[in-house]
Amino acid sequence: MPETQRPKNENELQQLIANANSAKTSLEIIGNGTKRALGHPVNADVVVDMGGLAGITMYEPEELVMTAYAGTPLSEINSALGAKGQMLAFEPWNPSSIYGLKHASGTIGGLFMGGYGGPRRISAGAPRDHLLGINAINGFGEIFKSGGRVVKNVSGFDIPKLLAGSFGTLAVVSNVTFKVLPRPEASRTVVIVGLDAEKAGNAMRNAMASPHEVSASAYLPAGIAQKSEITELSDFGKSLTLFRVEGPRPSVEHRAKEITTSFFAGENHLVLKSENSIRLWSEICDVRLLNNNADARIWRISVAPSDGPRVAKWIGENTNAEYFMDWSGGLIWVAIEGDGNVYAEKLRNVISGFGGHATLVRASDAEKNSIGVFNPLNNALNPLIKRVKQSFDPNEILNPGRMGAKAGGAK
Amino acid sequence: MKMPKPDKQIIDRRLEIIGALSRILPGDGLIVDEQELRAYECDGLMAYRQLPLVVALPETTEQISQILSYCNAEDVKIVPRGAGTGLSGGALPLADGITIGLGKFNRILDVDYENRAVVAQPGVTNKAITDAVEDAGFYYAPDPSSKIACSIGGNVAENSGGMHCLKYGLTTNNLLGLEMVLMSGEIIRLGGKHLDAGGYDLMGVVTGSEGLLGVITEVTVRILQKPDVQRAVLIGFPSSAAGGDCVASIIAAGIVPGAMEMMDRMAISAMEQFVHSGYPLDVESILIVELDGPEVEVNYLLQSVEKIAKRAGSTFFRASNSEEERQMFWQGRMSAFPSVGRISPDYLTMDGTIPRHRLPEVLTEMAKMSAECGLRVANVFHAGDGNLHPLILYDANKQGELEKAEQFGFDILKLCVRVGGVLSGEHGIGVEKRDLMGEMFSEIDLEQQQRLKCAFDPNGLMNPGKVYPTPRRCAEMGWMHVKADKLPFPDIPRF
Repeated sequence: MPETQRPKNENELQQLIANANSAKTSLEIIGNGTKRALGHPVNADVVVDMGGLAGITMYEPEELVMTAYAGTPLSEINSALGAKGQMLAFEPWNPSSIYGLKHASGTIGGLFMGGYGGPRRISAGAPRDHLLGINAINGFGEIFKSGGRVVKNVSGFDIPKLLAGSFGTLAVVSNVTFKVLPRPEASRTVVIVGLDAEKAGNAMRNAMASPHEVSASAYLPAGIAQKSEITELSDFGKSLTLFRVEGPRPSVEHRAKEITTSFFAGENHLVLKSENSIRLWSEICDVRLLNNNADARIWRISVAPSDGPRVAKWIGENTNAEYFMDWSGGLIWVAIEGDGNVYAEKLRNVISGFGGHATLVRASDAEKNSIGVFNPLNNALNPLIKRVKQSFDPNEILNPGRMGAKAGGAK
Repeated sequence: MKMPKPDKQIIDRRLEIIGALSRILPGDGLIVDEQELRAYECDGLMAYRQLPLVVALPETTEQISQILSYCNAEDVKIVPRGAGTGLSGGALPLADGITIGLGKFNRILDVDYENRAVVAQPGVTNKAITDAVEDAGFYYAPDPSSKIACSIGGNVAENSGGMHCLKYGLTTNNLLGLEMVLMSGEIIRLGGKHLDAGGYDLMGVVTGSEGLLGVITEVTVRILQKPDVQRAVLIGFPSSAAGGDCVASIIAAGIVPGAMEMMDRMAISAMEQFVHSGYPLDVESILIVELDGPEVEVNYLLQSVEKIAKRAGSTFFRASNSEEERQMFWQGRMSAFPSVGRISPDYLTMDGTIPRHRLPEVLTEMAKMSAECGLRVANVFHAGDGNLHPLILYDANKQGELEKAEQFGFDILKLCVRVGGVLSGEHGIGVEKRDLMGEMFSEIDLEQQQRLKCAFDPNGLMNPGKVYPTPRRCAEMGWMHVKADKLPFPDIPRF
């Protein structure tokens, strides 16, 4: 068991990293550990618990901006935002269900370092799009800042974007400044019953290309839809294609009606109102409807939306897996039971053929090592990525191996 | 502002370099005559001029790769250039460097409505992307004022914004993929039509990197469907503070307008003399709020905005009732620069961002500085996102006035940083604000950024002398890279 250290402030954190760099001791950086199982296991000498650096230090609702220490629990952030009718617009993903954790909440630092956005990714962007500024400590043990507290900013390289999604392998973020947005007044979800994946794909792409500002669209095959806690939906026993509109009440009512009449006249449909609409999308966002048996491997696949139904077809024809599509078909969550290794290589090849990216979000450590969590990157990128890592953490003391081989990103 | 001292050895080798380039670029791909080089001596920051060693106009990614690989081996510097509309001197040539113009990369390669994406070569103008998809009801959201002329590759290099950033984001939020050539000649692809590319977000760093990391050769952007209805509201206030309050209250009410633009009395009067947009002249500030979406939403929000404006003390309120009227409201604002150009022989366009609520004190402070130095200043302000464009009026023919104007501009930007803002919202640092970077960043901050540059360009040949006030050898910063048997940066002068 590696020892755990819990710095109480930025200076202690800096000292700890500087000492580790001199001694070439490796560090695993954790928040609440909700995403600790995402990525390759890190066998570091010391675990750095970021929980000591917590608290919101600046929140200006009229400016749509907040600053918080990296270890601030997401629950605290959400309740502060909720009190002012605001939110994190990218819909944070709560991985507790996938990893079978009791923790309800990760930390804000972990959220940005993991980098995954939820269903609203297609309309509001990913965490990287909302991260404005950071203070961080690089692998040399130096405190540096980048970005700022304003949205429009071209003053030096945009390092916050580089750090978002870097799983703590470049620098340890001590605080983050991010954009927040008003919570929509109302939410409606148009539900179309019984489409096949291909038709659903077409419908989702058409809706996204309409002026109705669809904030999320997803496709749940019958087997997945049946697991929804919203009985109004699960009772159909059929596939569901979902379109969410959000905004001022008169507007969402108008748009929900427009979507139904202009695209789906004659189709079996219903419209979910705010509370159920919100519940349904949290089931999708947190991947709570997918096969969660202990030996199911879970993949997260990102492709161009038009390729989603093709991937779905391949999965249906070649595997015994369960899946659903989010992001209009651009994101496919897959759960495969049985011998996951059999499919892994084929799946990666198929996704690479589509120019997409497949991440093995959940599997045993042994499988992660043999299959690789992240897509192997092409040869031209690998040396560059190694040099980028070197520019922040030359001795590779920060979360070594988390993103694959040593340099982060590639297997 | 001093540029690094040109390397005489490289200048002496000009003919040899031209020979090598002409083998890569047959035909009219090379500009060597002084007369023709003049067209490239500056970008939109016309106060600084320099003839480039030579201008290369490649047509293919492969040619760019060959040029860069040659230059990397021969220690020749490179300045990438899009349409040359940049306002911070990012494309200012180097006497000992090759300017690579991307004007021939002017084709749209793929329009993909299914995935709402357009793939374009970097020399395609911003507006040409919207033009290409307009018939199908789509548009490309970031809209810098120079959209008719500026290139999409340049937009990526500067992370360009425009009027609609608050709701629709900047270039970085609308970019899906890139192809670029590194200084080594390697061609890399980042992102694509899928959203989560995995690995480090290198595309995020390249966006807004001002041509310091590589030459962009292909861009994939997101296109959006046009909203059903757009309506603009013109609101007048007796003080800038009241206008600022109105902006804050609109956002606090949960409304995110498509655009919110503010201008002060000096700007209003200049604009109204030039184009007649119907701006009231008896107010201290004007706010244009544009609402877009389904008609029912726009009308609903319009009522809220009217109430908020009244509460904030507005003395003038008019909502557009036709597309024509909406365009008219915008016409004045869109012609801010030429309008100011008419009331002053010369002007400097500044570009800083501040937390919105600090606007009144920034304006007051600016008025004080203006009185002290005797130069007038007109302000246009992207109020939604806090991006301030003070236009400093001066006369270059008067001895010392340019220097005075520049100093005034620097003082304004320092003020922006002091109130929690940044040096540049959308024009970039370039050479213009390079020497102010220390106001915002510590030595360690800057060193980390420059080390990151080393990862892309270990020999420091890509657009040197821009953005960072002090050149640093990569090796000095803990960088192990040593090229072949010689050290990079043989002898760099400090400047």
